[in-house]
Amino acid sequence: MQAVAGWKAGPQINRKPGGSPLARREAREGYLFISPWLAGFVVFYAGPMVASFVLGVTSWNLLNPARWVGLDNFRQLIHDPLFWRALQVTAVYAVVAVPLDLLAALLLAALLNQKVRGIGAYRTIFYLPTILPGVVTAVVWRWVFNPEIGIINNILALLRLPGPLWLASPSWALPAMIIMSLWTIGTATVIFLGGLQGVPVELHEAADIDGAGPWSRFWRITVPLVSPSIFFNLITGMIGAFQVFTLPYIMTQGGPQNATLFYVLYLYENAFTYMKMGYASAMAWILFLIIVILTLVQFRISRRWVYYAGGDRV
Amino acid sequence: MSTAVGTRTRHAPFWVRARKDLPAVAAQIVLLAGSLVVLAPVAWMISMSLKDVNHLFDFPPQWVPDPVRWENYVRALTAMPFGRYFLNTIYVTVMSGLGSVGSSLVISYGFARLRFPGRDQLFLLVIATMMLPYQVTMIPSFILFRYLGWVDTFLPLFVPFFFGRPFFIFLLRQFFLSIPKELDEAARIDGCSSLGILVRVLLPQVKPALAALAILSFMWAWDDFMHPLIYINSSEKWTLTLALNGFQSPLDPGQPVIHLMMAASVVVAIPPVVVFFLAQRFFIEGVVISGIKG
Repeated sequence: MQAVAGWKAGPQINRKPGGSPLARREAREGYLFISPWLAGFVVFYAGPMVASFVLGVTSWNLLNPARWVGLDNFRQLIHDPLFWRALQVTAVYAVVAVPLDLLAALLLAALLNQKVRGIGAYRTIFYLPTILPGVVTAVVWRWVFNPEIGIINNILALLRLPGPLWLASPSWALPAMIIMSLWTIGTATVIFLGGLQGVPVELHEAADIDGAGPWSRFWRITVPLVSPSIFFNLITGMIGAFQVFTLPYIMTQGGPQNATLFYVLYLYENAFTYMKMGYASAMAWILFLIIVILTLVQFRISRRWVYYAGGDRV
Repeated sequence: MSTAVGTRTRHAPFWVRARKDLPAVAAQIVLLAGSLVVLAPVAWMISMSLKDVNHLFDFPPQWVPDPVRWENYVRALTAMPFGRYFLNTIYVTVMSGLGSVGSSLVISYGFARLRFPGRDQLFLLVIATMMLPYQVTMIPSFILFRYLGWVDTFLPLFVPFFFGRPFFIFLLRQFFLSIPKELDEAARIDGCSSLGILVRVLLPQVKPALAALAILSFMWAWDDFMHPLIYINSSEKWTLTLALNGFQSPLDPGQPVIHLMMAASVVVAIPPVVVFFLAQRFFIEGVVISGIKG
């Protein structure tokens, strides 16, 4: 991310019209080289964003002509209990799963940063679930949570504990997904590991000599020094949480009783099951606003707790 | 610097070393226990895939199947036309990889090496689109592709990547900036064109980065579920993820198929796992820079 700080590639360009023939040729070539991106930007980003905004104020099922409805879609959304349910499910997931996964990933990275025999094998093992295609993960975990033959309830049975119905229970389905998210913390862990390897050993040794235990060294030295990685994982984790789709689609189809109706799942259903393109576009815009606001707020708050050793900020 | 630290530790008195070893032992134990927990679902998936249909629901469950039914794999892969699904997936994966890496290489060269008005502002736009959630453009893109008559073809799954992948452009540009510009200038004096510089001078230098991006692209395309779900209707055009989602065995209606599903899941998971093991170094590097999966 510090790379983003240096986003200017070189000296500022002389913007006087004309310039030398050589400079004009270079500029022509520059536009030529980036032209695929320019075209793609217009067709796949800028155009769709404008279109999405226009669609948001229409009612359209792809068959009949689109009809201008003003802010009706948004008014309907406010009175749509499923919309609020979807927001609630996603928010709970983001607020619980993201910090939980971050904490687990940070502790795991700290462990993987020790000089332990077979550390390479451990790193591979903990990363393995992240490699598996999401659909495979969903298919397997649907059965891991199976109340009768799944692993979890079998282990609970060995301990003579009653196992919940997990994905079949309205109150346990979302917690099940949160537990499951702990399985795929590989990416966050690798990023933390990179951050941890940048923490100078001397700092730990000095604190050790001053009598700081491992716990306080972890919280007072390691955590502040890897705070840029924490911040990065927090942002990507939050954005990821608002985009959860494959797992609920395959594991629960949003059920039972809409207990796992994630936001994007409901958006997808509106667009491609009920063909309510306008309604779904309005939802997409709200999602976009939520993500932008959350990200901006995070950046704001980050000034208070993220520490950049080089003094540069994003 | 690291050697200096190592030497100091080696000459430290034994009690300092003993105290240093304690966290390592604790870490070893926790990591071992954690590995077992993490591997359990994978082991269970493989175990289920080899079970006899009559032992699927045994209690307590056997972790080592007896008898071992290798033929589950044959039955799973012939229950549906998996050969076709593999070819479909490989086609989409290869095209996305070629498109995104090739176009991003050219585009990022323009952003890194050529000077033109508005360049830095446009590059900020690249960064902005990198953060844009796909769902915001999903519906208009669908309408666009529908208008083009591309629904139920593979085109929507890879054509957009031929226009550069923002994240790849960003990464390659940063990579180019780390290469001394004197190299280009020397070649330019020798009469090399911009394209010639890119191909002959810079390409050899960025090969490792391109490999990392190709692997990332493979992983994402193989993993992709939402795009095929939206765009592909006919079952002969399914990708592997769609096939797993729609898995059913026409051979024994009403019979449990979980063992066959697990066998199919194992097969679908093998290519990314193999690529990961072969290219672990590249892949981990790529992820460190990206921090994004899927």
